[in-house]
Amino acid sequence: MKLHEYQAKEVFAEAGIPVPESRLASSVDEVVEAVGEIGYPAAIKAQVHVGGRGKAGGIEIVTSEDEAREAAESILGMDLKGYTVERVLVEAGVDFVDELYVGVTMDRAAGEPVAMVSTEGGVDIEEVAEETPEAIAREHVDPAFGMHPYESRKVVYEAGVEQQFAGEVASILRTLFQLYEDSDASEIEVNPVMITADDDVIAADAVMKIDEDALFRQPELAEMEEDSYEDDLERKAGEYGFDYVRLSGNVGIIGNGAGLVMTTLDLVDYYGGEPANFLDIGGGAKAERVANALDMVFSDENVDSVVFNIFGGITRGDEVAKGINEALAQFDEIPKPVTVRLAGTNAEEGWRS
Amino acid sequence: MSILVDDDTRVVVQGITGGEGNFHAEQMIEYGTNVVAGAVPGKGGQTAAGVPVYDTVQKAAIEEDADASVIFVPPAFAGDAIFEALDAPLDLAVAITEGVPTQDMAKVNKRLSEVDTRLIGPNCPGIITPGEAKLGILPGNIFSEGKVGLVSRSGTLTYQVVDSLTQRGIGQSTAIGIGGDPIIGTSFVDALAAFEDDPETEAVVMCGEIGGEDEEQAAAYIAEHMETPVAGFIAGRTAPPGKRMGHAGAIVSGSGTGTAESKIDALNDAGVPVGDTPRRSPTTSRASCNALAVVAVGGAAVDGGGRVLDGAGGRATPFADCRREHRRDASPESLRQRLFGDVEPVGQRLEVGLAGHFEVARLQRFL
Repeated sequence: MKLHEYQAKEVFAEAGIPVPESRLASSVDEVVEAVGEIGYPAAIKAQVHVGGRGKAGGIEIVTSEDEAREAAESILGMDLKGYTVERVLVEAGVDFVDELYVGVTMDRAAGEPVAMVSTEGGVDIEEVAEETPEAIAREHVDPAFGMHPYESRKVVYEAGVEQQFAGEVASILRTLFQLYEDSDASEIEVNPVMITADDDVIAADAVMKIDEDALFRQPELAEMEEDSYEDDLERKAGEYGFDYVRLSGNVGIIGNGAGLVMTTLDLVDYYGGEPANFLDIGGGAKAERVANALDMVFSDENVDSVVFNIFGGITRGDEVAKGINEALAQFDEIPKPVTVRLAGTNAEEGWRS
Repeated sequence: MSILVDDDTRVVVQGITGGEGNFHAEQMIEYGTNVVAGAVPGKGGQTAAGVPVYDTVQKAAIEEDADASVIFVPPAFAGDAIFEALDAPLDLAVAITEGVPTQDMAKVNKRLSEVDTRLIGPNCPGIITPGEAKLGILPGNIFSEGKVGLVSRSGTLTYQVVDSLTQRGIGQSTAIGIGGDPIIGTSFVDALAAFEDDPETEAVVMCGEIGGEDEEQAAAYIAEHMETPVAGFIAGRTAPPGKRMGHAGAIVSGSGTGTAESKIDALNDAGVPVGDTPRRSPTTSRASCNALAVVAVGGAAVDGGGRVLDGAGGRATPFADCRREHRRDASPESLRQRLFGDVEPVGQRLEVGLAGHFEVARLQRFL
């Protein structure tokens, strides 16, 4: 689950990380009012869950009320990679002399969190990682101990941060790591951390992703989850509790188990079809879930036909068949052709029903 | 022979009084697994699935001489349950639970490096040595005794491959589902190493999927250390970047790491043939191999001597070539054949029709 920039910055500010003064606004008038309070220059930043907002025109720097109004009019309501911008963050412009990158994430291969610092901030860090990996200093952190102060200093010095600011940056990194642990984050990234003309260090951007499997013990963060589904079908899938990913083709896919569903997509593609979705009904799926899945895929306008691939382990074939029958019984005529493949536990009983 | 579990393995079921734990404890016992106890805090002294329940894993291990556990504990408590198994200490812990917070697993992972216990999972179907023991939720009836080892990140995909093997008369030494989470106890490399050390495992099938670098590491290990032939399959060729495909670990990152292509290339470079579909197989390989071949995975097979075979015999066909080749024939019957194979799984009944540009079959009764 990804937090919006404004949400992440609220979390940062509460933890004591310096962030620019800002206001959230959802109308042109609110933007103008906010800029009036904050002063110029100010940044107007679209609050949507897409990367590369700046390049896509979702961030503008304004130096007057006219500009602020104009920027608000163009950004509010704009479509950014499929998301409509409903809110913007109005933020005090920062007069900076240098930009750093500071991040904490889970290194899957090592099975440990890793802290990263680079003086090449302000640009696409993945590009930096690819082209000049040595420009990013990394420090693995023992999850049993948390980050030792020396580790935060070590990685900051290794990155080549000027001595004058190293202490401050290391302190921000330690706070970020504490946040990473306390909030069950999967990733926290500040790009850039700005060194201002007044020699202050400030977090100018904030990316925070929370481990969805840990939301049960992060009630405050869970409340911040907003409807970020790209369309009604993904929303519906969320309500039904399905793992669902929308794709561009016309063959609806329903199966049980992530690996088998992925394989079914691959097979459909392999034989010349184009999958419309990934839908995993999960283990032990009961009839109602199967009916919901079928109903969902039928309601997708892009779907011309449906492929069911169920291998019964915990999921019983007879339950699946019952679900298919129930779902299909709602229709006088089956709206779209359905292919069913049932194997494994109780598959024979399933076919009989 | 087998790896990690056999009929001497004495199993504690953690969470045996819960719905899932109880059901699968019974299933494991029915399969012949030596389940000796359950462990549930506050339920000590009771009996569940016909075995005594203890308040702690350690007590169960001492009283019943248990050396392994299967964990059916809700995600919030699963990390703790794994630590308890490590502390007992047991030789093996199998965590079935899906949805364990990643940071809990990072702490578990750290501890694993300091103890001798092996962890399988979490978010996995478990491990089975056919005819001897099953620790987990795998459907026992599809497995058969034999000499092919199987290691997979996915549950149902494992069943699919095993079903194909069994239907072709190819038994399995041991099958392990290592789980689809970002941080897991037993990796492909760990499982492959165990199979390599098992004199009776004559070939190995590994089923990977997108995300992470486990398969690439496995490829490097195979190239350097393995004599036992390995055939592979990678799920998620068509997965778009940035989307989590069900498993928390199954995601191609925005920067392009964890793709099926990189994994297939790495495996091919290590001499591992990677199949296009989980069940397509050469029909000639069995006859030509004295030690049984791995035929379940794609258009690739290896014989006991490590020779790679394909349908025409002798050579693995690269994915791209297979793809072109197999798209030529697009008749409904051939599509049905390819999608579902020539060996009919129990109860499979398909009628082929045509809709849009994709051939589909319908349930007979609804036509």
